[in-house]
Amino acid sequence: MFDYAPAPEAKLASFQKSYGHFIGGKFTKPANLYPTINPATEEVLAEISHGTAKDVDLAVKSARAAYEKVWSKLSGAERGKYLYRIARIMQERARELAVAETLNNGKPIKETRDFDVPTAVSWFFYYAGWADKLDHAGLGHNPQALGVAAQVVPWNFPLMMLAWKIAPALAAGNTIVLKPSETTPLSALLFAEICQQAELPEGVVNIVTGFGDTGAALVGHKDVNKVAFTGSTEVGKIIAKQVAGSNKKVTLELGGKAANIVFDDAPIDQAIEGVINGIFFNQGHVCCAGSRLLIQESIHDEFIKKLKRRMSTLSLGDPMDKNTDVGAINSADQLAKIKKLVKKGVSEGGELWQPECKIPRNGFWFAPAIVDNVSPANTVAREEIFGPVLSVITFRTPAEAVTKANNTEYGLSAGIWTEKGSKMLKLADQLNAGVIWSNTFNQFDPTSPFGGFKESGYGREGGRQGLLSYLKAGK
Amino acid sequence: MQAEEIVGSRLTNQSLSRWLHSLPGVDKVGLEARAASLATRSIKTTSKVWGLDMAIKMMDLTTLEGMDTPQRVRSLCQKAMTPDMDDPECPTPAAICVYGDMVPHAKAALGKSKIYVAAVATAFPSGRASMKVKLQDTKDAVAFGADEIDMVIDRGAFLSGNYLEVFKQIQAIKQACQRPKGKPAHLKVILETGELQTYDNIRRASYLAMLAGADFIKTSTGKVTVNATLPITLLMLEAVRDWFDQTGELIGVKPAGGIRTAKDALKYLVVVKETAGERWLTPELFRFGASSLLNDVLMQRKKLLTKTYLGPDYVSVD
Repeated sequence: MFDYAPAPEAKLASFQKSYGHFIGGKFTKPANLYPTINPATEEVLAEISHGTAKDVDLAVKSARAAYEKVWSKLSGAERGKYLYRIARIMQERARELAVAETLNNGKPIKETRDFDVPTAVSWFFYYAGWADKLDHAGLGHNPQALGVAAQVVPWNFPLMMLAWKIAPALAAGNTIVLKPSETTPLSALLFAEICQQAELPEGVVNIVTGFGDTGAALVGHKDVNKVAFTGSTEVGKIIAKQVAGSNKKVTLELGGKAANIVFDDAPIDQAIEGVINGIFFNQGHVCCAGSRLLIQESIHDEFIKKLKRRMSTLSLGDPMDKNTDVGAINSADQLAKIKKLVKKGVSEGGELWQPECKIPRNGFWFAPAIVDNVSPANTVAREEIFGPVLSVITFRTPAEAVTKANNTEYGLSAGIWTEKGSKMLKLADQLNAGVIWSNTFNQFDPTSPFGGFKESGYGREGGRQGLLSYLKAGK
Repeated sequence: MQAEEIVGSRLTNQSLSRWLHSLPGVDKVGLEARAASLATRSIKTTSKVWGLDMAIKMMDLTTLEGMDTPQRVRSLCQKAMTPDMDDPECPTPAAICVYGDMVPHAKAALGKSKIYVAAVATAFPSGRASMKVKLQDTKDAVAFGADEIDMVIDRGAFLSGNYLEVFKQIQAIKQACQRPKGKPAHLKVILETGELQTYDNIRRASYLAMLAGADFIKTSTGKVTVNATLPITLLMLEAVRDWFDQTGELIGVKPAGGIRTAKDALKYLVVVKETAGERWLTPELFRFGASSLLNDVLMQRKKLLTKTYLGPDYVSVD
């Protein structure tokens, strides 16, 4: 019948055999190497330097020098020009960045091409516009940059998270040392090349690659004025302890266990799409993923039937194929974690269902899954799985939906599906979540602040509010 | 299933209205986003060959102009029987779609070929005539041998909330499609989605038509500003899919008007596959109403088979 023939994207990105750190506008000599792989095939893409405390110190010194000598002396308009230039070069190299991201992360090319890269670019364009308008940021006349920002970003949206961190920091006048995740450093290293291409003054952006110890050295460095971290709540807590008592400003964007609440008066077919997008987008490696489906009991059976049918049309496989919907899990560790949590959820009474999928022989894969009949006490209803696993919980009334939705240690995002505007507005008021979507899910825009409550972290990224994380009031 | 059984009460305008308004709403942004995402599917090589051939087999090759003549209709029929003069393996369209008075000419020209003749009826395209006229229009076409009738619904009645009137008209036309001997004409019900305007209306009209006995639900006449679109077709495919779940009846969908390129046709096939499922990927359950689509599909088909793009002068105009 009408089976889609393979439609692979061309391998438009090439990598060097090995990479050093990007410090002071140049790449250091590769040292202390470890391999970074394609999680869909397990083939080695490049060798990456595992940064030491010494590397971090060099990078912070370079950022400090660039801040003192160059960047803090430029006008906002001049800084803005560099940001615009970076955005334009990213657009020119968009396909290459998308391919690199897909190869190193395992997410489908249609997502990197249509979402990750365009969103990353939009962040640079947006904050470029702010660079000469900081007087309007809300801190009064002539607000000041903080200095050197230490930024640690995760592996789920490597380039986009980099953009969320770097664009506002540069617009506000800070210089940067950024550490990408150990499993997905390649797009950040291509970004370093883009900084060179844009002739960004040396040392304004520095990138040090490595593992958790590298990140710890960076966050703990005494000459850092600001720490921005996106990642797990576990690491977020360690960072919060590490910087406590210092005068470093901190923003943390951590985990989530969002409720996607579907009422019986919802636009059902679109709600199905929203639930699918909420949990299977990026293999569920999304901090704001709609990982708990709260479905009104009266439509549970019909909705789950439709959901299963829709899940059966998701195509899992080669992330480089333009028709792939679900790509690879980013690492063996993550896959093991997903499997462990799902097993626990099933042992606690959850009913697991997965569509039939041809799982590729190499790489790390997990077929899209729903765990039905989940009680709020079940592990899969409480712990962040960070994988393509949807926990299904029922409710009877709006009040019960709110109670169950808020009954989590997290508070990053939520979704409300109803055609009734008054109910939607009332619920939005009662949900403890930083972002609430109604009749849609996983929408992002640089003008809109993003961040969470409770153990989902503090501080906001995006919009005017995102700027405040990198500024202080003028004297 | 009987209409009363599905609606759950005796058919009155009130009960029909309640039933139609209890259907889940359609979120415009979400529907359009889903259609746009399906439109990014990349159809290559073997799947493209299959898709282009299927698009031809699903085509209702159409001429619906005031200036139509017997000669023009004969010429179109000739084109349908031999779409590609160089390739006898080339599939043929499902039907020729004409005004009722052209049915005898089309039947004569098509002879023993398996291509159906579809006739538009019921005061096409506006549907503004008395029921007596609409019935006679249909009966004439059926008597001339039309295999399929493409009727229009009374949009005025629909928009004024007179659902029972629309229902009754469809039922009456369905009755007029019967033949004393032989197979009844298949009934396609044109909703004229461009005039219904909202997706909620389109979903309701789809259900109303299916309830009244439509064999196919069809988007448009091709005579208004907005005709078939991908989101509208997706919505109607959801309707037939859910109708099948509920009643076990298989209803077809026909987008018509504005589908001009092979690339567009392939996008529709993707939407069929991923919405209603592969069961609907047959001319029995999905058609394209189009006049200029065939030649673009033929050109793309030739290009795939011969590896050279020959251009419009290598396919006949009609």
